[in-house]
Amino acid sequence: MSVVRAPAVVAVDLDRPIDVEAVRRDFPILAREVNGKPLCYLDNAASSQRPRAVIDAISRYYETSHANVHRGVHRLSQEATDLFEGARETLRRFINARSTREIIFVRGTTEAINLVAQSHARHRLQPDDEIVISWLEHHANIVPWQMVCEQTGARLRVIPITVSGEVDFEAFLGLLNERTRLLALAHVSNALGTVVPVDDFIREAKRRGIPVLLDGAQAVPHMAVDVQALGCDFYCFSGHKMCGPTGIGVLYGREALLEAMPPWQGGGDMILAVSFERTLYNGLPYKFEAGTPHIAGAIGLARAVEYLQSLGLERIATAEHELLRYATACLAEVPGLEIVGTAPEKAAVVSFTVAGVHPHDLGTILDSEGVAIRTGHHCAMPVMEFFGVPATARASFAFYNTRAEIDRLVSALHVAQEMLA
Amino acid sequence: MDLKDLYRDVIVDHNRKPRNFRPMPDADRQAEGFNPLCGDRLTLFVKLDGDRIGDVSFQGSGCAISVASASLLTESVKGRTVAEAEQLFTRMHELLTLDDAVADPVALGKLAALSGVREFPARVKCASLCWHTLDAALHREAEPVSTE
Repeated sequence: MSVVRAPAVVAVDLDRPIDVEAVRRDFPILAREVNGKPLCYLDNAASSQRPRAVIDAISRYYETSHANVHRGVHRLSQEATDLFEGARETLRRFINARSTREIIFVRGTTEAINLVAQSHARHRLQPDDEIVISWLEHHANIVPWQMVCEQTGARLRVIPITVSGEVDFEAFLGLLNERTRLLALAHVSNALGTVVPVDDFIREAKRRGIPVLLDGAQAVPHMAVDVQALGCDFYCFSGHKMCGPTGIGVLYGREALLEAMPPWQGGGDMILAVSFERTLYNGLPYKFEAGTPHIAGAIGLARAVEYLQSLGLERIATAEHELLRYATACLAEVPGLEIVGTAPEKAAVVSFTVAGVHPHDLGTILDSEGVAIRTGHHCAMPVMEFFGVPATARASFAFYNTRAEIDRLVSALHVAQEMLA
Repeated sequence: MDLKDLYRDVIVDHNRKPRNFRPMPDADRQAEGFNPLCGDRLTLFVKLDGDRIGDVSFQGSGCAISVASASLLTESVKGRTVAEAEQLFTRMHELLTLDDAVADPVALGKLAALSGVREFPARVKCASLCWHTLDAALHREAEPVSTE
């Protein structure tokens, strides 16, 4: 039997902090230079980098085991199917879903939300029903709901945020009523880093029988997520923000809800039998996975999960929190710099503006120093509007970043200020 | 790729002190430009004097490249005919996008300071937004101009 297995996870002492230099060696890209300077990658909220283990798992799959899944009786198809379904089980355990029937592979968070909007919400919504989201949301958790509102005559209600960038819980309670049909909420804000205390929101929604969808794209890489403990109905996340491949992500859905939902797209794999008169749909999770799936992506994502677990989600959170604390302190010392989003609970994201220097100029000048950050509206234009800025600069950290890199960010900011301010 | 080639003194100066940065209540042409990626937003005002651009001004917010480019634009097209301004637009477009474009200092004047932008592809739209907006103003296009 030549099915390729992931190498055994090396035992690590989970009580000790992450050895960042050793971890950096796991990421080939971190060794490259940009503009003659070592790459300082601080754009992890947009997309993280890949460890060698993930890159190798994908290559190994293509080199040794690729064939289409769920179709052939030949050896390679069986191996590919085992790897693909093994990946589903790894993802199930990662978020503690009850069953692999609740793990739908999708392209990413955006597709997961669209699937729920079109297959769950659209069929249930009546005119004047309401969907509640927050002002913090990424466009991916706004636009699919606007589209479904347009299709059904339902209304979108938006929970305001506070000046610190927190979702206003009292205002949320005031928005709930007998027409509320769904709460769709970010677990962690991509633009500001706010960790939303979703337990409180879910509790209140559940008391009223309102289903809850969480956009977990920014949460999953940085904290342990347990969908059963959370009690949410849908949880969406992307592989590429958690050291996995692009083009793969997961929709978790509570089985009873998924069962009640019609298929979203039609095609191969989601059917049991087709005739021109009638098609019999496949069961979960395949009902929602029309067409040949991103097999290599799922395998790479499962390997990313194993990699993160080998480091320990708690240790990752501790390391990133330390980076956030250090970066917040250092940036606060930069004259003219204002941090946007100061919630007490934050992921390792610092959004900021610098007096006299537009974020886009900052982005270009920092790049010339080898420092990669995101500049712009972060696909959260309502958040920018709330704070009255067209754009911000955003540095976002992963466990493989160092204090020295934050020092480089700060000195690059001084270069930008000297040049333009 | 040298940063000094992008942020030349002329550009830094026009960003700090944009020229013709004012509303124009009696403008007879006006257009809005928007770069959705950056959030750069500007409004361009034109007052025509026959087929000449009698006055031109702008307002809005954006990065140093977009503000300086708009400021330089207003200085360069004021007093020119509409046809001359359109010719200048074509030259600027070439300067910003063609690898082998040579900045003709006689034809372009101070606008030649933007030739460094070409080396920074992500920033070309910042420099060209005002020109597309002027083009729309001169042709009375009602919809906001977008760089996308």
